[in-house]
Amino acid sequence: MSTAALSSVTLSHLDWLESEAIHIMREVAGQCSNPVLLFSGGKDSICMLRIAEKAFRPGRFPFPLMHIDTGHNYREVTDFRDRRAAELGERLIVRSLEDSMARGTVVLKSADEPRNKHQSVTLLEAIEEFAFDACIGGARRDEEKARAKERIFSFRDEFGQWDPKNQRPELWDLYNARSFKGENIRVFPISNWTEIDVWQYIEREQLALPSIYFAHRRPIVRRSGGLLPVTGVTPARAGDTVENLMVRFRTVGDITCTAPVESDADSVAAIIAETAITTITERGATRLDDQTSEASMEQRKKEGYF
Amino acid sequence: MSAIEKLPLEDIPDNGLLRFLTCGSVDDGKSTLIGRLLFDSKTILADTLHAIQRTSEKRGLEGVDLSLLTDGLQAEREQGITIDVAYRYFTTGTRKYIIADAPGHEQYTRNMVTAASTADLAIILIDARKGVLAQTRRHSYLAHLLAIPQIVVAVNKMDLVDYSPEVFARIKADYLAFAGKLGIDDVRFVPMSALLGDMIVERGERLPWHDGPTLFEILETTPAIHSAHAEKFRFPVQYVCRPQDSSNPALHDYRGFMGRVESGELAIGDAVTVLPSGLETRVRDIQMLGESLPHAVAEQSVAILLDDEIDVSRGDMIVKTGELPRVSKQIDAMLCWLAEAPLDPRRKYLIRHTTRDSKAMLAGIAFRVDVNSMQHQPADRLAMNDIARVSFKLAQPIFADPYAESRGTGAFIVIDESSNNTVGAGMLL
Repeated sequence: MSTAALSSVTLSHLDWLESEAIHIMREVAGQCSNPVLLFSGGKDSICMLRIAEKAFRPGRFPFPLMHIDTGHNYREVTDFRDRRAAELGERLIVRSLEDSMARGTVVLKSADEPRNKHQSVTLLEAIEEFAFDACIGGARRDEEKARAKERIFSFRDEFGQWDPKNQRPELWDLYNARSFKGENIRVFPISNWTEIDVWQYIEREQLALPSIYFAHRRPIVRRSGGLLPVTGVTPARAGDTVENLMVRFRTVGDITCTAPVESDADSVAAIIAETAITTITERGATRLDDQTSEASMEQRKKEGYF
Repeated sequence: MSAIEKLPLEDIPDNGLLRFLTCGSVDDGKSTLIGRLLFDSKTILADTLHAIQRTSEKRGLEGVDLSLLTDGLQAEREQGITIDVAYRYFTTGTRKYIIADAPGHEQYTRNMVTAASTADLAIILIDARKGVLAQTRRHSYLAHLLAIPQIVVAVNKMDLVDYSPEVFARIKADYLAFAGKLGIDDVRFVPMSALLGDMIVERGERLPWHDGPTLFEILETTPAIHSAHAEKFRFPVQYVCRPQDSSNPALHDYRGFMGRVESGELAIGDAVTVLPSGLETRVRDIQMLGESLPHAVAEQSVAILLDDEIDVSRGDMIVKTGELPRVSKQIDAMLCWLAEAPLDPRRKYLIRHTTRDSKAMLAGIAFRVDVNSMQHQPADRLAMNDIARVSFKLAQPIFADPYAESRGTGAFIVIDESSNNTVGAGMLL
């Protein structure tokens, strides 16, 4: 018998998180027959693409990329999305909320209503169209209270519903991605990452980002404590004072409910420095739709939200 | 000691990541302890703090109730208890922490087992007024069963016993008396007040007689799990990369065996054996993103390329030649039953061990463990939260080590194929 080697090397926290995420993606590839990776062009999903490269290169990704487009996205982000998918040579599927509206499966109460919560409908329609058995997404447990108990492999029933009382126990690194036809598993490889981990990873891996993550000047209206960008879908109202402020976005999503923060940070290093001393959580600062009720994310997840 | 502000990228050592578990009931001040760790490490941000301030006021409480920080889902807010495992995060600049917060009630043994399965350290809370209770023994037994390498006993609510050194000494002696019988030999004790913050992040002034480290100092200096003991190399294959259709002819013969090192280390040139075939070859390369790495260490995800063309697929295992695991179709294990439907001895289940699945049939239940008294009892079936010593017959062999030696290759889950639910958690003997 040879003597076993003494392990003396400890992975840094970023190496550990990356290694765990790669392991999770490979489990999806090994266990699921038709998975898809959700890619929005946002910073978390940009990290996910890097992890997928590390998990599967020199091979191709064993899944296509998909974006559910609300039609309310910043051009800089959708352009980046298309460019990045092309650079990687991977297939990108885009399904649009506006198609669901045309079909009549999404009915808005008003034209300028935030569209985030309606994404679930289009996502479920796309899952059915392609018969995806697993959707890999970039959600993190630190984003919101209801996510703290989310599994890494999260089971959704035929209606796409998440039942917090009926989740599979998840032990060690033994993941259970089994599902019956029509059911779906949502997989979150960066569950254990925090916002600062994401930024540190972007810095370390030198990942490109859409320009709106960095400080830029933009016409802004201050409304109920938040900053509201003035855009085609969110015009200034009569009596609003429009200011030209230096801002950056911490999350990018539906234009009508994603607010920037005032910032001069024009590099990832500067953003990390700012993030490390910030006193407002990511969603608190920038998601206008999450604050309505402390429990609103849990409610949306039960209805099939990612 | 404040944490997140001093988070420059260079100059500070990265001591990796530590996962720990807190065991205790609501009454022991567990949520307050976690809230205190998050609060004193400056992880709580202003809007979160305002939200719990509002809730504290609505409930008519004096001051901010830090326990609200870990109070997640609507259902449990209504019941006022934690019903599931929640994960929390904080960083000190030198180390990242993942807290698994498991409820303490007896009916939730399965939640504690779940939380303990990934923990490197367990904090067992004792209320200084009550001392060692049945639940303390249960938590300690489960922490030991799940092979958590480090155990810290936090004697909380010292403020309610006038910070008495005698009370602390008595609890310590009581604990050591039963822990010794369980086989737990390495325990550390910290007297504290989570409510007032004594001996957690700051030492405070009220426990001058205690010269041991604070809880935070223990967390910061605990060695990472894979550095302490000799380990055998274990590499379950997750996925085989064969990019034949690539336009690059250099890749036509590429076969990368992808997975994560469960334990041990591997270097280029090492002699390896592939299971189940038993074929021997050498490591030609270790890669990440097509780049060569000189070696791979525990918990690292890599691709391994072999010298000879050997047929290897998902579910196979690469080990170092001369360090073979047990290859077995008959297994003995401690099993925790997780599902509401009891274990049915007549049915076939699926066992998932590393990346390998096998049909399995229960061959026998040796005994069930009463987790409060540690007594062994006869049993012919198992209900949710039961823990028992069992044996299974498998259709396919697994490549296994005793759980106490290697969690990665000693653990398995049981899946009910009729529901696809995960119904059991097993630890090989």
